[in-house]
Amino acid sequence: MVTKLDKAQVVVVGMGWAGGIVSAELTKAGINVVGLERGKDRTTADYTMAHDELRYQHRTELMQDLSKETITYRSSLKQKALPMRHYGTFIVGDGVGGAGSHWNGQTYRFLPYDFEIRSQTVDRYGEGKIPGWMTLQDWGITYDELEPYYEKFEYMAGISGEEVELWGKRAKPYPTGPLVKTPIMKTFEEAATSLGYKPFVIPAANLSESYTNPDGIQRGACQYCAYCENFGCEYGAKGDPAVTVIPVAKQTGKLDLRTHANVLEITSANGKATGVLYVDMLTGEKFEQPADVVVITSYVFNNARLLLNSNLGTPYDPKTGKGTIGKNYCYQVTGGTTQLFFEDKEFNLYGGAGALGIEIAEYMGDNFDHSDVNFIHGAGIRSTQYGDRPIATNRVPKGTPNWGAEFKKQSIKYANSNFPVKTQGASMPHRENYLDLDPEYKDAWGYPLLRMTYEYTDNDRELVKFMATKTREIGEKIGADIIETSEEQGNFSVNKDTNTHNTGGVIMGSDPETSALNKYQQMWEVENVFVVGASSFPHNSCFNPTGTVGALSYLAAEGIQNYIKNGGGLLV
Amino acid sequence: MAEKENFTEKRSTRRNFLKNSGLTLGGLVLGGAVTSLVVKNNEGTTTTEHEAAHGGGTTTNYNHALMFFTPAEYQTAAAAVERIYPEDENGPGAKELGAAVYIDHQLAGQWGNNVKDYRLGAFYKPGENQGPQTKLLRKDLFRAGLEALDAYSKENYDAVFTGLEPEQQDEVLTAFSEGKVTLYGNTGSGEFFSLLRTMTIEGVYADPMYGGNNEMKGWAMRKYPGSRMQYVNEIQSDEFIELKPEGLSSHMS
Repeated sequence: MVTKLDKAQVVVVGMGWAGGIVSAELTKAGINVVGLERGKDRTTADYTMAHDELRYQHRTELMQDLSKETITYRSSLKQKALPMRHYGTFIVGDGVGGAGSHWNGQTYRFLPYDFEIRSQTVDRYGEGKIPGWMTLQDWGITYDELEPYYEKFEYMAGISGEEVELWGKRAKPYPTGPLVKTPIMKTFEEAATSLGYKPFVIPAANLSESYTNPDGIQRGACQYCAYCENFGCEYGAKGDPAVTVIPVAKQTGKLDLRTHANVLEITSANGKATGVLYVDMLTGEKFEQPADVVVITSYVFNNARLLLNSNLGTPYDPKTGKGTIGKNYCYQVTGGTTQLFFEDKEFNLYGGAGALGIEIAEYMGDNFDHSDVNFIHGAGIRSTQYGDRPIATNRVPKGTPNWGAEFKKQSIKYANSNFPVKTQGASMPHRENYLDLDPEYKDAWGYPLLRMTYEYTDNDRELVKFMATKTREIGEKIGADIIETSEEQGNFSVNKDTNTHNTGGVIMGSDPETSALNKYQQMWEVENVFVVGASSFPHNSCFNPTGTVGALSYLAAEGIQNYIKNGGGLLV
Repeated sequence: MAEKENFTEKRSTRRNFLKNSGLTLGGLVLGGAVTSLVVKNNEGTTTTEHEAAHGGGTTTNYNHALMFFTPAEYQTAAAAVERIYPEDENGPGAKELGAAVYIDHQLAGQWGNNVKDYRLGAFYKPGENQGPQTKLLRKDLFRAGLEALDAYSKENYDAVFTGLEPEQQDEVLTAFSEGKVTLYGNTGSGEFFSLLRTMTIEGVYADPMYGGNNEMKGWAMRKYPGSRMQYVNEIQSDEFIELKPEGLSSHMS
């Protein structure tokens, strides 16, 4: 039995950053929004016991319940995909705030180069620089067009940072100054500066000082308690939809927020969406929610899966290269670390913040000449201080066993006497890295799971080799008793903790043949469906994706208002 | 805070503390938290949680009991965790820290029953990067692993695991870590070993409310201050600042 509800003006599927921003902007403009979130409602009161490493990090308290839904994974078209039965490589958010509650808070803009990557690569290096397998494309928008929307996100979330010369121009400075520099950051700064680089403090959604945003939301400064990634911030010092845009949307009285509401399908007729079908996660009751406009903001994986399970858009086919839904799934390349161990230095590594760190921009994007290297794009080289938690972080010199007397001795000896010089590299699209529906495995309601086909590419492996020499250079300049560099990018493993920077699958562009969305995140093929998230990225840059998700969310919110105002039609 | 200090001064009973503080809801979890409060506030006396757990003190650690293991399984688990994280010049090993009690409690609950794992569909042998595809629940895998430790020890050393010398126990565990033994249901011993290793580290370093990390000594060994609320000054200091660990129970006031 399905209960049919009264029609809504706009239904938003998922209440993380994208859904929260769209809901806040639309309700502020007087538009009624039904917000559907499969998890629970959350406020800072939910985080009173947040400093519990076991519960939040290792038992994934804030994450999607995999017993209901997961993904399947295979490394190539030839392999049979199997389900990710518990969390490993990435963690998928759940509940009001979504991944915006458990993120670290590193908030970047992508480079001007990113948005025109294909054109600029061809202009500078010729067509031959792009391998045949690389489905590289421009984004259908320029940095300058997106700049005001980045600013909106940064001022709403209260981003703390400093100007970086090698990045795109900013109309206004960051709303708050950078976070503090710790001894390890100063060590990195000194070494990098002496090598001729210009290090900067990583832009952070962990507030460096108390701040009131343009919506009137007041938040206090970060206390460097070291519980960011996997955790919610009990102070509200970390930018989180649950303490920023969601309360703003609620205050308008125009947001009808329904939690435990898991959308199964988008209903449609005559080439337009008619609403959504959802199930109450607690009671199993099903509801049909008709709507004029459907906004899908349910993270990369579910954005693609919902469209595929609803027969909206044309599924991507890796054999022909035709179709768009599921295309250009990308990840984040983070190999090439140089690990430093010290005999006689101890750092206060128990303290930190999710976005606390220092980095250089010289090897990002096309900031260096790629004529003599076998890859495009680049990486940030960085040292961070998130706070080392004892279950998760036990770095020991190579050759140390991972259990027993020697492990205990070394892991305690170096617990406060080590830090890595790391990379965060861009991920280029491969024709055979994509998302589709699994032919065998289903979710708890009988809908096919999303199948991921992915392996690191030759571009990634070449990039890592190059960046490893740069982390080594800085590591040696810093100087340590043991310096170890991991020089090669290993294979992808769904079971190994890496990061949650999944992108692509419902990509934006200027051509309906090669992209699913226009720049307003509106589906070319179904004009009253907007799909917002890192799923829009045609490739992933060498940055955490949230800043760009935020900017695109503000642009989409404007597009949706115009769509309603115009009475329909594709936006231009 | 005032209430807790009063309690210490009056040398009240745990029962009175519960009554006075109103922390009577919540079963096991709060029980653990309250126990560590009791210990913390009895610092003036010689009673420690460890002694209490072993009947040597005036208060009883009600958390120190079994929900899942038989007494013999518990002994085997305690001997195994001690080899993963042995006592040394740094301080206590996993056994004294209560890691086997921690594992017992975890296996009895939702973790042991894989409540949040995807359990649907067929279980195939995975490719190397597809993650474990074991049909056994963690509690059954762990129990099968303990049985196999004894069986393997008897076959190769003529004694159960707890009867072996530490070096022999290490040899057995090494064989298990290398997947050389086959457990119930044709499961590789590597999967059991990996669970044993992970849960031992958790039992050593998780908040004491979970039954391990006795008196926060696991944290103290690596100078980890636990779940304090802020490090604004420490993080900018060039000198290392060692802070006394605090558990989640400190957030209850």
